[in-house]
Amino acid sequence: MQENTILVKEQLNSAVVKFVIYKPLIARSAQAGQFVILRGREGGERVPVTLVDWDKEKGTINVIIQAIGKSTSLFNSLNQGEQFLNVAGPLGTPVEIKNYGTVAVVGGGVGIAEVYPIARALKEAGNRVIAVLGARTKELLILENEMTALCDKTVCATDDGSHGMKGMVTDAIQQLHDNGEKIDAGFIIGPIPMMKFTARLMDKLSIKPYASLNPIMLDGTGMCGCCRVTVEGKVRFACVEGPMFPASTIDFDELIRRTGEYKPLEKESLEIFHKDHVCKCGLH
Amino acid sequence: MPNPSAPRQNGKQLDPAVRKKNFEEVAQIFTKEEAQAEANRCLHCQNARCQANCPVGVQIPAFIALLKDGNVGGAISKIMETSLLPAICGRVCPQEKHCEGNCVLKEKFGAVNIGMLERYTADTARREGLLKTPVCAKKTGKKVACIGSGPSSIAAAAELARAGHDVTVFEALHAFGGVLRYGIPSFRLPREVIDKEIETVKSMGVKFQTDVLIGASEKIEDLLKEFDAVYIGSGAGLPTMLGIPGESAVGVYSANEFLTRVNLMQAYKFPQTDTPIRIGKHVVVLGGGNSAMDAARCAMRLGPDTVTVAYRRSAAEMPARAAEVLHAQEEGVVFDYLITPKEILQDEMGHVTGIKCTRNELGEPDAKGRRRPVEIPNSEFVLPADTVIVAIGQRPNPIIAKTTPQLKTTERGVLSLDEQGKTSIPGVYAGGDIIRGGATVLLAMKDGIEAARRINNYLNGEK
Repeated sequence: MQENTILVKEQLNSAVVKFVIYKPLIARSAQAGQFVILRGREGGERVPVTLVDWDKEKGTINVIIQAIGKSTSLFNSLNQGEQFLNVAGPLGTPVEIKNYGTVAVVGGGVGIAEVYPIARALKEAGNRVIAVLGARTKELLILENEMTALCDKTVCATDDGSHGMKGMVTDAIQQLHDNGEKIDAGFIIGPIPMMKFTARLMDKLSIKPYASLNPIMLDGTGMCGCCRVTVEGKVRFACVEGPMFPASTIDFDELIRRTGEYKPLEKESLEIFHKDHVCKCGLH
Repeated sequence: MPNPSAPRQNGKQLDPAVRKKNFEEVAQIFTKEEAQAEANRCLHCQNARCQANCPVGVQIPAFIALLKDGNVGGAISKIMETSLLPAICGRVCPQEKHCEGNCVLKEKFGAVNIGMLERYTADTARREGLLKTPVCAKKTGKKVACIGSGPSSIAAAAELARAGHDVTVFEALHAFGGVLRYGIPSFRLPREVIDKEIETVKSMGVKFQTDVLIGASEKIEDLLKEFDAVYIGSGAGLPTMLGIPGESAVGVYSANEFLTRVNLMQAYKFPQTDTPIRIGKHVVVLGGGNSAMDAARCAMRLGPDTVTVAYRRSAAEMPARAAEVLHAQEEGVVFDYLITPKEILQDEMGHVTGIKCTRNELGEPDAKGRRRPVEIPNSEFVLPADTVIVAIGQRPNPIIAKTTPQLKTTERGVLSLDEQGKTSIPGVYAGGDIIRGGATVLLAMKDGIEAARRINNYLNGEK
């Protein structure tokens, strides 16, 4: 079997694809909270993607990718049997897994998939795990069944109320608190504003928040410093020191500004891709 | 008869007005006539000082003599007896510090242009099919892992293969060459040259793997289960930042990020390639080393209005090679000396608008003998900039040290070696920037070659 081969491709919703990739080296040593860097073609970007699952015996890793820009759209056009050009990892510092007591794992959008391995590891470490899952609408809410099977309690929130409670994950967390649920720590993965407001709320509710950050990266090995974030007033490299950091003192606004740096160029690149790309996946 | 007083041949360079708009190699290869004329200047000294001062021990008078006889194949074989990457060395070695700096003709007539002769030999031999795969000793059955595919690690791998060992090179990135690929721009070292030199090493039987970050994908202890010895040549992959306010503003790059985008990811071809880069109208590069020159010259090629190198001491103390400084100046890069950046200023959107700086004067010499910059009171001013590149040095990448607690390091993060060049783990050797903290390609290669010799002795059971 050739390394980097896609063994399974599963379309989770219109923009989100799950891949099972053959990569024994990474499957062997992956830990919760780590990521890989993917490249799809010569001249392609190096894109960091969270490891969602792995199987040491089969030598496979799972990633879940939402098509947002050119590179992620290209990835999601790859089919079963094809290969990613490069898969490097596992990168980043694993999340510290211990018994915190009761923990909330909070996922927004594809962040649900990314927080899943952390939820599983925390459960195995003896925590009482509450999953708080958020999405814009029901169709975008993924992995609910898996989370429900794994966690002691699962709460869903959608912006439009099409599934679970109507509102944001912050509303769901507030409600849990108001109902007397005592939570010791929270692990948050999702869009930056969602992480920012969730961390802020958790601080208020005396829940220790941790957030997994997604700054722009190049090498992913600490070499370029592109992914620097400010935590506790100090510059940290998310690719090696993170991506998970204590969230109370993260400068989220700086992260929003830095991740927006290439938006106009990314848009240009995506437009060219859509114009030139003849999709093989049969969905478009 | 040698003709030492003939004018030194410097070769031709692309016109600055043309080259500042492209990434093509600036220095053109010698013509046959130029090479002949320059080879003719060499006196072929006994106990040649050039050779004694070559970090990789190239037999300089001997190869030049062969070249003078028109024997390019013989000349390349002579060079490759000690150095297997001649097309790279001929281009990026600071010859003025080593061979040419010690040429007996230097004071009176100007040193023999050894760098250009080496490059001419390497390129011509390659083009004419005269470059032969180096002969390797009988297989020893011993396996060696080389970590990183930069100059130090490739040099070690090639020498270990030559000694008959079974060598695998592990590279964390998707392309080989390390700093040669992500740091040094193609206008100084064309990508094909790196590819071809690595092909030579591959042709000696060395295996190369991408996407393996030792310390993360596999630990040193895992490697030692499969390999008889390990060479760590993982380089100085950690940028030094200034630690001043505003350094995370949008538009501030480390030199590593800027150069990686341009050189490794080829962002200057965007959108044909997928990695973007943004360049403002006024670029300021902070620092005065070779990375600062590379960053400034790359920035110039992306079409801003101005590129300024701001250095805290004066021109005399600047560590960059004189030739690089000259090339940068020819291309329109402006140098502003005796400046200390204090704060990077930003607008309400977080974009860089300028650098608050102070002026310096030169004080007493420091430990290295360079005069220290001393701030002039009340000299604060703002240097306008919308792109800032911080090029004040690199330190060793910490991943291997962090995941290998048995490895001893200094407080600056460099690996500690004993007198025999060994790390604190038996069978594990190291060299290049991981032990030097940020030096040159040639010193890294020298370390690799010397470590290969020690590893060979170790594998042969000698102490």
